[in-house]
Amino acid sequence: MRHLLSIADLSRSDVERLMERADSFAEVSRRDIKKVPTLRGRTIVSLFYESSTRTSASFELAAKRLSADLVSVKAAGSAVDKGESLKDTIATLSSFGPEAIVIRAPHAGAAKLVAGWTDAAVINAGDGKHEHPSQALLDVYTLRSRLGELDGKRIWIVGDVLHSRVARSSAMAFRLMGAHVTLCGPPTLIPRDAAAALDCDVTYDIAGLGEADIVYTLRMQNERMAESFVPSLREYAIRYGINVRRLGPRQLLMHPGPVNRGVELSGEVLDGPNSLVTEQVKNGLFVRMAVLYELLAGGDRTKAGRLDPDAELPAPTPIGEPA
Amino acid sequence: MSRVISTLDWRGAGAPGQAIVLRAARVLDPRAGIDAAHDVVIRDGRIAELATSGSAEPVNAEVIDADGLVAVPAFFDPHVHLRTPGREDKEDIETGSRAAAAGGYCGIIGMANTVPPVETPAAIESLRERAQVDATVPVGFVATVTRGMRGEELTDMAELADAGAVGFSDDGVPVQNARVMRRALQYQALAGLQIALHEEDPHLSGSGVMHEGQISALLGMTGIPSVSESTMIARDCALAAYENARIHVQHLSARESVEVIAAAKAAGVQVTCEATPHHLALTEEEVRSLDSRFKMNPPLRSEDDRQALIEAVRSGLIDTIATDHAPHTLEDKEVPFEEAAMGVTGLETAFSVLNTDLVVPGVLDLAIVVERLSAGAAAFGFELPSLAPDSEANVALINLDAEWQAGSDGWESRSENSCFAGRQLTGRSMLTIVAGQVAFRQRSFAMGVA
Repeated sequence: MRHLLSIADLSRSDVERLMERADSFAEVSRRDIKKVPTLRGRTIVSLFYESSTRTSASFELAAKRLSADLVSVKAAGSAVDKGESLKDTIATLSSFGPEAIVIRAPHAGAAKLVAGWTDAAVINAGDGKHEHPSQALLDVYTLRSRLGELDGKRIWIVGDVLHSRVARSSAMAFRLMGAHVTLCGPPTLIPRDAAAALDCDVTYDIAGLGEADIVYTLRMQNERMAESFVPSLREYAIRYGINVRRLGPRQLLMHPGPVNRGVELSGEVLDGPNSLVTEQVKNGLFVRMAVLYELLAGGDRTKAGRLDPDAELPAPTPIGEPA
Repeated sequence: MSRVISTLDWRGAGAPGQAIVLRAARVLDPRAGIDAAHDVVIRDGRIAELATSGSAEPVNAEVIDADGLVAVPAFFDPHVHLRTPGREDKEDIETGSRAAAAGGYCGIIGMANTVPPVETPAAIESLRERAQVDATVPVGFVATVTRGMRGEELTDMAELADAGAVGFSDDGVPVQNARVMRRALQYQALAGLQIALHEEDPHLSGSGVMHEGQISALLGMTGIPSVSESTMIARDCALAAYENARIHVQHLSARESVEVIAAAKAAGVQVTCEATPHHLALTEEEVRSLDSRFKMNPPLRSEDDRQALIEAVRSGLIDTIATDHAPHTLEDKEVPFEEAAMGVTGLETAFSVLNTDLVVPGVLDLAIVVERLSAGAAAFGFELPSLAPDSEANVALINLDAEWQAGSDGWESRSENSCFAGRQLTGRSMLTIVAGQVAFRQRSFAMGVA
């Protein structure tokens, strides 16, 4: 792996390798000293053009746990505010010689463009409504931790699929891992031809939700009302909101956050025993450590002069313990 | 009454024309029913004679060895953006007309969505004066239908016609208000010129950046549905019928649009229409790459839409192929797809792309492509280019076997936002003759003098 731009670029074995690596970082994180020296002396740039809490915090902590030097740039207050183009910003940041750039941008394909402009490994932390691959990987990791393999599992993704990069990446990742995916939401919020595009089933009727092993809910944004996608949040909550009445005792519940309590999810199910939401956030750290490790220290990394592509890197060892 | 193309404004206007013999060319003029080897004798700006191949005895004439080459009526593009005034960093009359000449065109019509838009007689006169100095091939200019292209008030259409506008168009945006559209069609009875329409319902298109379909679902980009185009075409065909007016529908992209045009033509509506080489050659699949060179409006649509367009070109339902040549700077394109400017260049690749993707594989006959590439002249009241004796000598000389890589020798256009850049193409216009004058020759193309 050279970059992490899209789930579409990954094979099942890529994902499995990342999951195993994430397992080893999860193990490290249970120790007293949670930091490993793996990426000591390497520079990682985190460039966020959109507000983000969990993704930016998760990537930044992942970089720190791996002992990398982290440069964190937010669009507000940076040269971006002064009208600097994405290309120029990347040229500027690339001059620091980072090994990786983690980027979130409001437009589809931004991370892919950046990958063409820099020597660094590029990690797509969300590009417009297109993809959010690290979220999809942490979702797969979370489910595998609970269920083992996903083959044959039935996953319903419920809500605003149209505007959701998470829905696209996670649906692709779930399919890649052998799960069966159903997209469910109001017709205005399911993209035309989504079934064919994502190789999923599509339904506007939540009545069949009982068949799902996993219910993956999406954030319903207030601004969608103004654009007439749904008549009211109230009607949406009644039709599609997940509550104790809809969620069966054996069904697992996921949500990428942030949650609108009382709209797509009732507080009761969010805080209930079926909810994996906080586990998703916790696992995000291990998966993002695994992604950074894979791209910066993985065996097939071949950037001349930086890392020896043939060198077998040791398994992560906590600082303070003999390597 | 139609005008000869050379009466448009260009550098060569009024010049006598060279004496040229195209020796042993395959002469292909589908409209005139000609497809045979001839010596094409050009004198005084006209086709003097189609002599028996190898028989012409030129006196004081340039002789061009055209053995193995095809002489066709030069092309006419009714839809070009010359970006003058205001965005000469993208294109101007000189570079745009040179790109046209390089592509085999003997005439082009420049759109009015400049900065500011072309909407006053003074602006038309100024552009015409510039063209008389700068234009390699004859150039006509349309004026806007509405002031500022805002779709609210009509421009001084009759005065603009008197100043030499060749038609009207708000191209770039639709005339959204049906009442204003109706008034423009009523007023056409006075102003007397073609009205060319960019058909799109802005509410349906919304913030769309690509075709609404499987690929937009995959990429999470907002789609422009096909019905955004076809519903507006249906509205304007109905208005044109009601007012007994004529309209030219620009850049058809969808099967639904083809069906609407078919119904309108069957009902006797005076409507002509065009399709672009990129909509005939490419589909939404290209956008998977997220490469902004594949961003234009209307967007590249599905394979089914492309097939409908090809069939309509074949049947003649689509009257003409127009490029919608839309130059943009690198800065406008080197940004994420959703942010990038809409539009692609097309003049220098039109014939070659159609030949490579449609003629060579046997999808369309060469004769049909050649005919449609010049048919746009009629929609704006110009005489169709012809190789029949005594016609104005507007000739493109084509090497069907030429292999070239688009853009590898640079472009005549000032911009390079071609969606075919880097593509290996077959067939190329080698020489363009306008009213008996050589307007362009490929650098690689040598000629002898007798």
